[in-house]
Amino acid sequence: MMLQGHQSWKFENKPVIISSAAIVGPEEGKGPLVNDFDIIHEDNWLGQDSWEKAEQKFMEEAAKLAVKKASLRTEDIDFYLGGDLMNQIISSSFTARTLAVPYVGVFGACSTSMVSLSISSLFVNSGAANHVVCGACSHNSSVEKQFRYPTEYGSQKPPTAQYTVTGAGASVIAKEGSGPKVVGATVGKVVDMGITDPFNMGVAMAPAAVDTIEAHLRDFQITPDYYDLIVTGDLAKVGHQIASDLFHKHKIPIDQTEFNDCGLMIYELDEYLIIAGGSGCGCSAVVTYGHLMKKLRTGELNRILVVATGALHSPISYQQGESIPCIAHAVSIESEK
Amino acid sequence: MANKKKKTLTATQQQYQSFAKEREPQRPVIKNSIRAFFAGGTICFIGQGIQDAMVHWFHFDEEKAGDPTVAILILISVILTSLGIYDKFAQWAGAGSAVPVTGFANSMCSAALEHRSEGYVLGVGGNMFKLAGSVIVFGVVAAFIIGIIHIFLGTGGA
Repeated sequence: MMLQGHQSWKFENKPVIISSAAIVGPEEGKGPLVNDFDIIHEDNWLGQDSWEKAEQKFMEEAAKLAVKKASLRTEDIDFYLGGDLMNQIISSSFTARTLAVPYVGVFGACSTSMVSLSISSLFVNSGAANHVVCGACSHNSSVEKQFRYPTEYGSQKPPTAQYTVTGAGASVIAKEGSGPKVVGATVGKVVDMGITDPFNMGVAMAPAAVDTIEAHLRDFQITPDYYDLIVTGDLAKVGHQIASDLFHKHKIPIDQTEFNDCGLMIYELDEYLIIAGGSGCGCSAVVTYGHLMKKLRTGELNRILVVATGALHSPISYQQGESIPCIAHAVSIESEK
Repeated sequence: MANKKKKTLTATQQQYQSFAKEREPQRPVIKNSIRAFFAGGTICFIGQGIQDAMVHWFHFDEEKAGDPTVAILILISVILTSLGIYDKFAQWAGAGSAVPVTGFANSMCSAALEHRSEGYVLGVGGNMFKLAGSVIVFGVVAAFIIGIIHIFLGTGGA
């Protein structure tokens, strides 16, 4: 039986992440995780003539590199699952055009990295596929352009604002092989706490992350100490603090484990650019497929829960005064031993 | 009209929002105001300098000197925007860099640069006034109303 509890999946066949790739832009290269990324681009245009094309290029490179690192060719890949933040997920769909691999586009805003990983694992676990490539990407400038103001526009950002990660992460999931194993996943519910400020994403998304983590612990009948690390996607400074406090309020012993956030791990925070921390589809994707995979391979970490968080609003919905609905998806990954 | 009040929040939402409010860093209003005061003042000081220079060296009369002054400030702002400096300055200066004419130039230039990839007509032409358009619309409407008041009361102005 694969359904576990109310909203989780248990993967008995333990699909393997046989390879992963993380490619980032210049700002991410200045951060503390610099040694964990495969490629760091100095130029965030990547030689393209638009931000959107540059974002797509990041995704293409990451997907191709992941396939190459697995010693496979694109013909060996059964399906590609991906998504991003652009309207009609163009970065991923156009990448699928380049790869010429059967493609399923998924959207979960910034939680897309774990949506694609959990569904890919479901494919492989059930025998519907042998090799699946999954990934997610974002680009700071294309996201600013679509969701906020032109990149060069001088508006003062509040202390809750976050900086969208420029980068893409991809992985190859296989039936067998060596590498970290995907053992479970929890599909989140949409949580809307009535937050309307798009410069306050961490606060909007924190309750969704808490809801999914609590559901995961309930469905699998475990406590936080089961994991060496529980990491959220992009709550950043403000959202991370609120999530920790919500766990205390709900009497969940989150202190038993290391509780961190990809948006806090990827950058050194400052007052002018990064502000509260990282965000975007690329944030949890590059931290998971770069940094965390490395730690799982070396055995520094054994069991982790990655909880990617996403805000499901559109530029039009918030201008019309709609609040920001949020979601979080959790994937449980174990090292090989 | 867009003055429909926010849809009513449930008790859980209200509870969470006040819970979050206690943990949210607020905008440093006093610090921002002081910075805006000095940044805006500095821009105006530079403007005044340019205007005096126009009168002194280029023989403009006091009234006409305003035109080249505004043109030079706009040019400086557009150059700084294109070099990617103005938005970084604005994060520090806030309203100090947004209110003077340089802020208006920045809003147009940044939108034009951003949408260059969609072509000159639909991209640059169609989006240039994306941010600045409302300033012009409401500026003209306000001027129209003030103009009518002026006619009826016949006060003020030259």
